[in-house]
Amino acid sequence: MSNTQNHIQSIQDIENGLANTGYISNTQISTAVFIAQQLQKPILVEGPAGVGKTELAKSLSTWLHKPLIRMQCYEGLDESKALYEWKYGKQLLYTQILKDKIGSVISESDSLNGALEKLHDFGDIFFSRNFLEPRPLLQALEQPEGCILLIDEIDKSDQEFEAFLLEILSDYQVSVPEIGKISAIVPPLVLLTSNSTRDLGDALKRRCLHLHIGFPDERLEEKIINSRVPDINKKLLKQIVSFVQQLRSLDLKKVPSVSETIDWAKVLILFHTSILDTDTVNETLNVLLKFESDIETARKQTHTLTQQSQRASEIS
Amino acid sequence: MQHQEQKFIFENGHLASKPLRQFLQVARGAGLRISAAESIDAARSVAIVGWNNKAITKTTLSLLLAKSPEEKSQFDHIFELYFKSQEFLKSTNNEHTEELDKTSNNFNHSDISQHSNELTEALLRDDQATLANLIAQAANDIELENIRLFTQKNLYTRRILERMGIRALEMKISAQSEAQSINESSDFDVLSERIHTLRNSVRDYVERQLLLFGRAQSEQFREELLKSSRISNLNAQDLIRMRQLVRQMAKKLAGRYAKMRKKRLRGQLDVRRTMRRNMAWGGIPFVTHWKQKRIEKPKVMVICDVSGSVAAMSGFLLMFLYALNEALSDIRSFAFSGTMIEVSDILESESVEKAIEKILEVIGFQSSNYGSSFTDFDENWIRFLSPKTTVIILGDARGNNTDPKVEILKNIATRSKQLIWLNPEYESSWGTGDSDMHRYAPYCKQVTVCNTLRHLENAISEIMVHST
Repeated sequence: MSNTQNHIQSIQDIENGLANTGYISNTQISTAVFIAQQLQKPILVEGPAGVGKTELAKSLSTWLHKPLIRMQCYEGLDESKALYEWKYGKQLLYTQILKDKIGSVISESDSLNGALEKLHDFGDIFFSRNFLEPRPLLQALEQPEGCILLIDEIDKSDQEFEAFLLEILSDYQVSVPEIGKISAIVPPLVLLTSNSTRDLGDALKRRCLHLHIGFPDERLEEKIINSRVPDINKKLLKQIVSFVQQLRSLDLKKVPSVSETIDWAKVLILFHTSILDTDTVNETLNVLLKFESDIETARKQTHTLTQQSQRASEIS
Repeated sequence: MQHQEQKFIFENGHLASKPLRQFLQVARGAGLRISAAESIDAARSVAIVGWNNKAITKTTLSLLLAKSPEEKSQFDHIFELYFKSQEFLKSTNNEHTEELDKTSNNFNHSDISQHSNELTEALLRDDQATLANLIAQAANDIELENIRLFTQKNLYTRRILERMGIRALEMKISAQSEAQSINESSDFDVLSERIHTLRNSVRDYVERQLLLFGRAQSEQFREELLKSSRISNLNAQDLIRMRQLVRQMAKKLAGRYAKMRKKRLRGQLDVRRTMRRNMAWGGIPFVTHWKQKRIEKPKVMVICDVSGSVAAMSGFLLMFLYALNEALSDIRSFAFSGTMIEVSDILESESVEKAIEKILEVIGFQSSNYGSSFTDFDENWIRFLSPKTTVIILGDARGNNTDPKVEILKNIATRSKQLIWLNPEYESSWGTGDSDMHRYAPYCKQVTVCNTLRHLENAISEIMVHST
């Protein structure tokens, strides 16, 4: 913990630190990380796909030099896949060994009581840490230096799983019936992401800081693209961002998000584009839009949008 | 200003300083659900980030208190509103304490208490800013933020006026008016007139504060009332709130249903399958198999009357139908008045308001004919019934003296798992006039009165239990 706190003194530190790893954050995001550190609370990040929810966790991990443990949620995920599993095979082998050895161990004692005494001394290692196979959650608690735990797309998991997470989220400990409580050596920094495909329970929400990352505004998006695609020329950058921002205002099934803008910028650089024109846009529109109907809708407007974005880049 | 604000907020050195507590109360009143644990977190984090940077404070509180995009925008609004009024209060406070210091030397009314002294001066000068400040002070002294119900308005108004020293002032006026001389009288006339205005502005002030602080209780009270009041008696404004309640309810029911579906008989070893699975290891059970109880998804068909006779109800029934459609995956919905149409697609593709509008436009408000509607069902959809299907009919069973076609309903009942009728009329009016309820009733597994939200919730949760 002390290690991290040296890093994180103020909200500005976070913003700078994340910027060094190439993640352009805003006050909201940095404040959330700051408060999460101070109060030791998990952050629940919601927002449309592709605005950098998962990326935030990755960047935090790079910046803080802590391992990132990622748990992808899906329907049917349960505790044996998320928390721990017994190594059944090893346990069976152990009983086999025990069967062979038990004779020699208790042969010295002559009475039944004596033999039982011996057996008790033997130690109950059948259900012990040695036979425990840690899964992501338990791994996160066992990191000696702490870690960033990313519980990705929590909305895809079942409601029961949410309830199961509550203990680990509020107290950073888990209960294994056969062993007891296992507490975190160093409380991890937990991030949960959700695309809000379903509403999460109130109990879960109450334990988390709720951070909503929306689409960035023009200036922030320019900064983000610039940091991810450094060799882009300023004019093209402005055009791209202005174009995408306008595209988002159209009535589309799935609006392009930041990750798509980045991809698009990379593609345009591959094509050695220096100025955005209608033809180039039409050819590469499928990078931005993922539905045929969306591409149709956008294609009708590309000419005006391109011109507008050209004008926008000239003004500034 | 920032420094002042900070000092103002932290004047007691408490973690949960009074302004924060008040703000939380206001936020609750405005409909944000804030638990005690969340308010403690809010206090802790505000203690960390401080009030120096309003934007950061706002973000911090928003992280902790607002848990969805809608709540976030609501929160932003409340935050600005609340802290603007606080700043305003503070700034007026400062200006006027100085002013009062100056003026109080010039006047000297020894027979009136200090409070009413200030008051008299302010009234004579008609100094609205000072008056507002005095009102705010008095309100603060008597802890106006505890006001909860609109019935307490007069009580708090009187307390504030008394605190301001109005009684002493009035006594002085009456004493003076007995021994009045002609040139003084005008002064006191003016004064008593202004006292009258003051009363009104205090009442206004209390009303505004009630809006701010009392909303939580009033809101809860209203919701309780709404849940148990007849849907046909609700006005348009209540309907909006009702829509929220319906959605909440549908979500709750869907959650409960999902839980039922997941319930399995865990803990019982399925010996046969375990053995089979582990043949490869010579029967040593490396991999275990547990018995599972598979629970079927309920298949539901809902038939909803949208005719003129249930006009007041039908909007609501459709709203519920919509919510149910979101909650259950395997559901087909039908609406009828003279004839019947399937509305599953409309409910699926449109927003709730549009869907209701569209359905009512196509088929609503005609005179109902249960017989011909059932015939439509018989011809087009009865083949989709299976022994697993639950059929729910929402309607008053008033077919305007047309042929009720009981035999079709009988057929529906035998071909489905269960037939349930939810009737918005009270039991006493079943069978009166053109109501065919008693003729239909024998074939229904259950006939329930359903005209409040609570009825509906009970009925549906029962259906879900039995249909799974």
